Amino acid sequence: MTAGAGGDSAAIDAGTLREQRSLWREAWRTFQRHRPAMFGLVALGSLALAVAVGPFIYTEPINNLDFTRTVRPPSPAHPFGTDELGRDLLARTLYGGRISIAVGVTAMFVAITVGVTIGALAGFFPRADGPLMRLTELMISMPTLPLLLLVLLLFRDPLRSAFGPTIGIFVLIVSVIGLLNWMTVARLVRAAFLSTKQLDYVTAARSIGAGNLRLIVRHILPNVMSSIVVAATIAVGAAIITESTLSFLGLGFPPDEPTWGRLLFDAQNLLDSAPHLALFPGALIFIAVISINYIGDGLRDTFDPRRVD
Amino acid sequence: MGRYVLRRLAIAIPTLAGISLAIFLVLALAPSDPMADFATSPEIPVEVRENIRRSLGLDEPMPVRYVKWLGRMVQGDFGFSFASRSPVGKLILERLPATLAVVGAAYVLGILIAIPLGVLSAVRRYSLVDHLATTFAFVGFSLPTFFTGLVLVIVFAVNLHWLPFIYDSTVAVRDWDSLVRQVKQSIMPISVLALFTAATMTRYVRAEMIEHLPQDYVRTARSKGLSEREVVRRHVLRNSLIPVVTLLALGIPNIFSGAIVTEQIFSVPGLGHLLIKSIVSGDTPVVLGITFSYAVLVVVFGLIADVLYVLLDPRIKYT
Repeated sequence: MTAGAGGDSAAIDAGTLREQRSLWREAWRTFQRHRPAMFGLVALGSLALAVAVGPFIYTEPINNLDFTRTVRPPSPAHPFGTDELGRDLLARTLYGGRISIAVGVTAMFVAITVGVTIGALAGFFPRADGPLMRLTELMISMPTLPLLLLVLLLFRDPLRSAFGPTIGIFVLIVSVIGLLNWMTVARLVRAAFLSTKQLDYVTAARSIGAGNLRLIVRHILPNVMSSIVVAATIAVGAAIITESTLSFLGLGFPPDEPTWGRLLFDAQNLLDSAPHLALFPGALIFIAVISINYIGDGLRDTFDPRRVD
Repeated sequence: MGRYVLRRLAIAIPTLAGISLAIFLVLALAPSDPMADFATSPEIPVEVRENIRRSLGLDEPMPVRYVKWLGRMVQGDFGFSFASRSPVGKLILERLPATLAVVGAAYVLGILIAIPLGVLSAVRRYSLVDHLATTFAFVGFSLPTFFTGLVLVIVFAVNLHWLPFIYDSTVAVRDWDSLVRQVKQSIMPISVLALFTAATMTRYVRAEMIEHLPQDYVRTARSKGLSEREVVRRHVLRNSLIPVVTLLALGIPNIFSGAIVTEQIFSVPGLGHLLIKSIVSGDTPVVLGITFSYAVLVVVFGLIADVLYVLLDPRIKYT
């Protein structure tokens, strides 16, 4: 990946905006040839579309208690079946998908922002490198899940009263997942910065008077963008899994917010009578995460300068 | 060698101190009182509450509290559980063997699957075997452990009735029958973690093998007449496994997270199970103790991996 910076910069060396755009178009053409990645893109796209517009088309309410139809297997009226309180599982899954995907994407932005900032500072300023990398190594050996659980336990109630139950937990989960998940990004960005800042065009830019901030943001960052895009993709999948894990342990979103992990938590006690309650939301988590991972894999191959066309 | 180990130890200590500081700060900066249930209970008079706070050192400035707390932690004094009134250290020691057994067995099983699979898929690159192995790795890597666990329960416990649903911690291995029971109830928790480990490691092994296969020393080995089998086993595999050791060490926090989930699904009486129970009941001293124990475990295994790394690779100078 670090070798990637050299190859990319050769393409952008001329530096005009139009050529930058054609680099991304070129990347898209390569990406399209990666079959699993395209499959992932289509699957994830349909999933995102389904949870975005699904609830408008499939208007069954998510909290409609009906004790005449509890724990039904899938049927034409209720394609995913119903749960122990007679609520429609398809409606709940679609709604939960919105939260799960929103958490994944937002937590990714938190992780990328922190990771890129720390990586860029460490890679650009030799003085900051030592301390920042010690911090990164320290964070890597953190026991993430126990720490996440501890933070949730301690900060849950105050945030809930400050922002309301759902938004409060959302803010808390997104920021904690992001803050515990930026280390890979920081390392990648640092490595890319270290090799890119040696290149002649950076010296040239500096010699015509570009300041540090301008060098970082305008000149080096666009060249390490490809590594960041790959890392960001993987981070979305990791965040979705982490959120589902927290909800699965019963410590994520409140019970009335049916995220995919929460649905699995509720399904646990009914595995013998109603396995469909676990299988549908679980399968959706799996499809979302594997699609994201395949997309990440495809992007990595796309940006790999050693690839053979 | 001894000096290298000492040096690594010297790096591990600040890491642990840093982690403990993070845990402490989370606790100290938390807006809710960690002793909440205890301190606000109307049955406890104000003076008693103040005394408890003082005995816990909560009236002192934060740096002093941190140093004292760390000092007690280092001596293995984690305080007392709110729920069971027994020392947290003792609770942790009771639970530790189950966790280490599950994680250890899963790691070994994972390695046993991953090495042959990774080697085969690298040697026969782009063959059917390679496609299957790569798909297996992707699927195993993308399946959340809690979902794998539930699917295993649905298939093997609910539908086929082959394996018991819940782990029974009272089974003591005395004779053949109890051994069979113990093995049967351990299969699912271990497989869940082993699948995840195997999937991650297969990718590493394959990637490293592919990196090494086209190198000059491999051609030399072939040209001196070694069979392909020998070349792969004696030369390529040995060199490829060295970086895998480091990657394994980096994956250790993940496997412990996975163990928390697995123990929770199957009620394996390990650290993770106790952790979740304590979080739900707000038993802060136990939660803190366990979080710190996980940190120690992660750092210790990282240390072991680092030492293994220099033992395996004579090119690395251990100064």
